Amino acid sequence: MSKKMNGASSLVAALESAGVDVMFGIPGGAILPAYDPIFDSKIRHILVRHEQGAGHAATGYAQVTGRVGVCIATSGPGATNLVTPLADAAMDSVPLVAITGQVPSAAIGTDAFQEADIRGITMPFTKHNYLITDPAEIPRAIAEAFYIASSGRPGPVLVDIAKDALQKDTVFDWPTSVSLPGYHPQAKPESSAIRDAAALITQSSKPVFYVGGGVIKANAARELMQLAELLGAPVVTTLMARGAFPDSHDLHLGMPGMHGTVAAVTALQKSDLLITLGARFDDRVTGKLSTFAVNAKVIHADIDPAEIGKNRYADVPIVGDLKQTIAALIPELKAALAKNKPDLTEWWRQMASLRSTYPLGYNKPEDGSLSPQFVIERLGKISGPDAIFAAGVGQHQMWAAQFVSYEKPRTWLNSGGLGTMGYAVPAAMGAKVGAPDTTVWAIDGDGCFQMTNQELTTCALNNIPIKVAIINNESLGMVRQWQTLFYEGRYSNTSLDSKRVPNFPMLAEAMGCIGLSCERPEDVDATIEKAMAINNQPVVVDFRVHRDAMVWPMVAAGTSNDEIMIARDLAPDWDSQEL
Amino acid sequence: MATHTLAVLVENSPGVLARVAGLFSRRAYNIDSLAVGPTENPNISRMTIVLNVEGHALEQVIRQLDKLVNVIQIAEVIPDESVQAELLLVKVSATTRNRFDVDAVVEKYDAKVVDSDASSVTIEATGEAAKIADLLSDLEQFGIRELVQSGLIALERGGTSLSDRTLSTQGIPIADGGVQADYQN
Ligand SMILES: Cc1ncc(C[n+]2csc(CCOP(=O)(O)OP(=O)(O)O)c2C)c(N)n1
Repeated sequence: MSKKMNGASSLVAALESAGVDVMFGIPGGAILPAYDPIFDSKIRHILVRHEQGAGHAATGYAQVTGRVGVCIATSGPGATNLVTPLADAAMDSVPLVAITGQVPSAAIGTDAFQEADIRGITMPFTKHNYLITDPAEIPRAIAEAFYIASSGRPGPVLVDIAKDALQKDTVFDWPTSVSLPGYHPQAKPESSAIRDAAALITQSSKPVFYVGGGVIKANAARELMQLAELLGAPVVTTLMARGAFPDSHDLHLGMPGMHGTVAAVTALQKSDLLITLGARFDDRVTGKLSTFAVNAKVIHADIDPAEIGKNRYADVPIVGDLKQTIAALIPELKAALAKNKPDLTEWWRQMASLRSTYPLGYNKPEDGSLSPQFVIERLGKISGPDAIFAAGVGQHQMWAAQFVSYEKPRTWLNSGGLGTMGYAVPAAMGAKVGAPDTTVWAIDGDGCFQMTNQELTTCALNNIPIKVAIINNESLGMVRQWQTLFYEGRYSNTSLDSKRVPNFPMLAEAMGCIGLSCERPEDVDATIEKAMAINNQPVVVDFRVHRDAMVWPMVAAGTSNDEIMIARDLAPDWDSQEL
Repeated sequence: MATHTLAVLVENSPGVLARVAGLFSRRAYNIDSLAVGPTENPNISRMTIVLNVEGHALEQVIRQLDKLVNVIQIAEVIPDESVQAELLLVKVSATTRNRFDVDAVVEKYDAKVVDSDASSVTIEATGEAAKIADLLSDLEQFGIRELVQSGLIALERGGTSLSDRTLSTQGIPIADGGVQADYQN
């Protein structure tokens, strides 16, 4: 069905044809033609207060729904404000399409008003990007953008459109297929690789499922459960994979990595076989790479062939969609186990001992003040297993990964790869738009919150009742922790004084939210319940917590996982553990 | 470290050179030379990239390159199984007194004189890297005033071509209700 219209209408028709139901953005000169047909479109456009908020909101929406998130901005500063969320989405493999207006094609390259080479700027961290100057190319570019963003390893795609291409007349023709000669993601794994993987598993005596965010992206949590129970081996879930396997499950040893549990870190470290599913051997997981899991063979399954062998050699590489990969591995492993079932008793004896000796924990402050871990633990308990949590970056993020029990995929959102302060509030907004009937909490730091809280106005005005828990330790806590440990307590520029200024509840009220405050342990439950009862307005709770709490365990950056510390100057008592 | 030559077929679209160059720069891969030009198919350009990496890193380079949507095909070109050439233009000092000696070197390397005046001679030569290097060292005695070299280009021996293996570009059908890959259970 081809129809005559201008480029702007063609863009909106293309977005509708691509199945978009919501987008987040801010208009401006170069993108203005598109905002005219947006006015009439059935697509819900949410007017944010900063383009970074639009990008993270699109990310939160995508992470919760599994659909492509869409954000839209004008040229120049509008486009450059999207740079951080695009880089963030690239690092965490989030399917995103960003639309930006560009100066008229005749002005490109002249340093025109509000000109920025956003295609050039975003080349390193978009999966692909486009500069469109011919209106006839709009539908094809949009169709390709959505296909590329959502297929293979998901990622962000930017479509930059010159203003005159939006204004000119064209014919809208939604393509029936996309032709990308250089893009063929391989979904179906090689059956020989599946066989090799099954064989290697039966030969191992210390296998571990090293589960990454890819399992969530591929909607393969159910398959993972079957596979894990079939073998009965320990499971660890990385920061990006929290929720891919229930925390309450007996096989789960928790999160590995810099702030992982002793059991999860040691399981990887002492393993003889890493069954790696959609994880990428990030330095925050491996610690010093040359000392990481030195006795382990590696099965590495990933949709992105470039991840395989990038940081760690894979004995059995498997390229393919994880849902298909795990589904194929289950019967193959079942058959192999029937002939030769490895005895994991001794391995489990060691891991169970570590798990019970070194559970996650924290000390309550001696002065009776509020412990941040306690607040986060109660938030998880009271909100229940369906609630969605979006964290900022810092100590509160690590505690939210540690002390909330995640039972379902897509209930834990965070900026894992880029570590973007300011992610939580807009991501929670996008998540709530994608899952309006679910409780959505942003667990944010007082530092992070001050980077993007303006989107609470957007939430208040657009009936997006998110809840925000500010873990207010009056400082850039994670940086302060490093200063405590590595800079002799010289606290250069990490004190925020945010128990004095700003007044967070008043700030929240000013933005049309309910503002609450909580300072005493005995008030925590009642405050959370009060926040839970408010569902027609966003709520912000200022939890005024103890400043000196630290995140433990910890593997210091650049050191070996063998040097994990469970508290300051305190290593696990390895001698009493027979490993 | 060893030298490898990659033949890369790319879509002839704007920005593709920047994408490839940017990839090499941000992943800290060193390029010795890069030559780009049109091919028998007007929609496709061919890059010949010479780089110095270890075997494991080469695999990474190829896989990362392959992630670029505009990159259609990549093949490593093995010296023994291919013809390889560089183009050299070099201007040397030459007067009537030593012109005869210059001509002798030109002849020895199967090169040719493409321009000359009272004080200089410009020579064009093609061939493998070693031959070009030898020629340059033989010319040094006259005084090299200016030189320009192309990157290496290479073609596999025999009748097959890279694009034979590539270009069955079948479209990917778009399902009703959008183009989002279906990951919903
Ligand atoms: C945009 C950005 N700037 C700087 C940093 C470095 N950084 C990492 S954690 C952190 C402190 C965060 O403080 P806060 O939000 O109060 O959280 P806390 O660690 O206290 O829980 C900083 C500054 C970052 N990750 N992102």
